[in-house]
Amino acid sequence: MDINEKEYKEYCKKHAKHSPLIKDTLMAFLFGGLICMAAEGLFEFYLYIGIAKEIVKTLVPITLIFLSALTTGIGIYDDLAKIAGAGTLVPITGFANAVVSPAIDDKSEGMIMGVGAKMFTIAGPVIVYGVLSSVIYGLIYWFVGVI
Amino acid sequence: MMKFLWSFLIGGLLCAAAQVLIDKTKLTPARILVLYVTLGVLLTAVGVYKPLVELAGCGATTPLTGFGYSLAEGVKNAVDEKGIIGAFTGGLTGTAGGITAAVVFGYIITLIFNGRPRD
Repeated sequence: MDINEKEYKEYCKKHAKHSPLIKDTLMAFLFGGLICMAAEGLFEFYLYIGIAKEIVKTLVPITLIFLSALTTGIGIYDDLAKIAGAGTLVPITGFANAVVSPAIDDKSEGMIMGVGAKMFTIAGPVIVYGVLSSVIYGLIYWFVGVI
Repeated sequence: MMKFLWSFLIGGLLCAAAQVLIDKTKLTPARILVLYVTLGVLLTAVGVYKPLVELAGCGATTPLTGFGYSLAEGVKNAVDEKGIIGAFTGGLTGTAGGITAAVVFGYIITLIFNGRPRD
């Protein structure tokens, strides 16, 4: 192939990866923002059809978890995650995806150590450290209230 | 309408920050989620997160920091009501719906669907 230096530089420029950080971050912002905005829409919708606010607060994450589990089962969520990165990881839908995805992959290991245990591969640490830190906060809050 | 804009912005920013952490520090997704839930508890404890929830609604409650917020708020309310035992009961009470939904729907979906062959 005959190319001169200038053409080679242009060829390289065209094929070099643009800084993935900026693109990744933008995608995460966009998809994460959209999921949260959709959640807000769901929130307003539940209120609109007359469900009490205290119930809506729990019903919205439950709905999101259901939708995420379903789309993970079908295989759409993981395809989307390849584009959206942290945008599909950080919302509660990412938590539900982290429950379903390893469980489906390791179903062959059986219903106990396959499905039962693998559902908590990522959810487990999240719950462990979340509960621990909340108990520490609770104890401090109680202690400050007593003195 | 402003609530939608704020939820998009705050939710998007929380996700973008996680993406920067993943790209720059090679933190695994599991570590990011643990970091976020713990951070959510901490920010709620110091009083920063609640105003954010009031501003951005689901933009603040949907990211995993919101899970930490629910844990911390649950604990706080339970301590107010029942004293020290509330530190042990409040967190999971506040998040019971989400955790139970993840277990139940996760289980059902896992039974129905099979994994794609790994490539």
